Amino acid sequence: MKPFDPKAQLNDVLTSLPPSGIRKLFDIAAGMDGVISLGIGEPDFITPWHIRNAGIHSLEKGRTQYTANAGLKELRAETARYLRRRFGLEYGPENILITVGGSEAIDLTMRAFIRPGDEVIVPQPSFVCYGPLAALAGARPVYVELKPEDGFKLTPDALKAALTPRTKLLVLPFPNNPTGSIMTAAELEAIAEVLRGTDVMVLSDEIYGELTYTEARHVSIASLPGMKERTVIVGGFSKAYAMTGWRLGYAVSPVEVNAALTKLHQYAIMCAPTTSQYAALEALSAGDNDIEEMKREYNYRRRFIVKGFNDLGLNCVMPDGAFYCFPDISSTGLCSDEFCRRLLEEQKIALVPGNAFGRSGEGHVRVSYAYSIEHIKLALAGIQKFLDSLIP
Amino acid sequence: MNDIEILELLDKDSALTAADIAVMLGKSEDEVKAIIDRCKAEGIIVGNKVMINWRKTDRELVTALIELKVTPQFGRGFDQIAERFYQYDQVKSVYLMSGTYDLALQIEGKNLNEVALFVAEKLAPMEAVVSTATHFVLKKYKEDGIMFEEAEKDDRQVMLF
Ligand SMILES: Cc1ncc(COP(=O)(O)O)c(C=O)c1O
Repeated sequence: MKPFDPKAQLNDVLTSLPPSGIRKLFDIAAGMDGVISLGIGEPDFITPWHIRNAGIHSLEKGRTQYTANAGLKELRAETARYLRRRFGLEYGPENILITVGGSEAIDLTMRAFIRPGDEVIVPQPSFVCYGPLAALAGARPVYVELKPEDGFKLTPDALKAALTPRTKLLVLPFPNNPTGSIMTAAELEAIAEVLRGTDVMVLSDEIYGELTYTEARHVSIASLPGMKERTVIVGGFSKAYAMTGWRLGYAVSPVEVNAALTKLHQYAIMCAPTTSQYAALEALSAGDNDIEEMKREYNYRRRFIVKGFNDLGLNCVMPDGAFYCFPDISSTGLCSDEFCRRLLEEQKIALVPGNAFGRSGEGHVRVSYAYSIEHIKLALAGIQKFLDSLIP
Repeated sequence: MNDIEILELLDKDSALTAADIAVMLGKSEDEVKAIIDRCKAEGIIVGNKVMINWRKTDRELVTALIELKVTPQFGRGFDQIAERFYQYDQVKSVYLMSGTYDLALQIEGKNLNEVALFVAEKLAPMEAVVSTATHFVLKKYKEDGIMFEEAEKDDRQVMLF
């Protein structure tokens, strides 16, 4: 009898998914001592004390049970107020589902809409989860390349070229991880115009919506005429309030959609963590100032690091959002994988290769500036040494 | 340009150069330099200091906070008395306070005895002094926004999407 192989029993959609090479790089970095990293997509700030304290207070009061499936009613109401105050969006608690991070909201949205054979349009470079989650839900991800010459923004022409009668969902990943690009109201309007009259839904991942550095604030596509009824906004606390470990986010959608997402969430998750929900209530109701303070810091670092890369001779566009820049390393003659592997091995500096975020990220590296200026200086000096060593 | 923003940056980290600040604010280095120079000339920037946790060194040092009740001088209020105190090198800070006492002094010395003697011999006998209360600092947890006992450390993963 053949030895039983549980691996052979796994879902082959799952087993055929990446990560592949990139995982190895992450593991090497994790095993090394003294790595100077600009390689992580998470704030360096810790959650502001008044927010942590609200979580502690809820524990002291013994609030250790499940909440309603959709999340605390007060938190959903506060989220609606927050969305109105910060982004001019008109929603009520009945439109809001509190989830385990924006991550869960993305997964739920895929699973709620996708029928076998559907297509999901995923612009890339972008955060790594959309394609795999779409595929696991039974869809075929259709990747659209965002181009440096378009500022890594989605153009109506690129969208039109990707649309088919099978298109179920468009993922709008802006402000963007890894490029830092954003879409303005006018640019979103051009996308909306392509979608109007189709049956295509939009998953708008606005997890970095608080982190834009332009005069105008972030605009959600849901605020454009005819878009609210076809949009699921994914939001969260991780980036805006430095709350990654609390694992809390939300989905905002039309009432009927929210009911479906809630049904799925109820079966899969029951409810988001209770302590985190109480902390989030404090964040939304008294945390606007924290966001401004952190954003101010990010903005200093953004200018500093972009100049740093350009001074090194690696062309780097000034990004308008999130906390990443995406310098072009093609002038070194190395591919992004090799650049990052050698930089790690030779200078102990960790950056993420651009192609980890899609083929169109090749020739770039993702650099996080969720680090102190001092740390950034140290990393830039190491990258300088590495570049010097490449010159024969 | 906003002087306050430059001052706030220097307040957090006086080691930042005008060149660094210029990049961080998206301004020219000359512009930033001119503002820093003007702030120095106008007595807005009055010094720069490094924060040291002396407890971790071999240097002997005690700090005391002294509450003073004093009789204000006719015509000159508290300023003249304050000056009598702040001329001493041992006196590190002098504040005029609202509330139950008038002046708060921070004093440094090698040991408890040295500080106590200084208070008894130099401060208490002054004519205007009505009473003193000396409080020794046992431990500094945080000073000027900086944590003293718990170095901030980055616990994040090295690489993550
Ligand atoms: C674009 C984007 N969306 C969603 C997430 C998930 O965030 P969370 O699940 O912590 O809310 C991340 C995290 O890095 C992200 O970069």
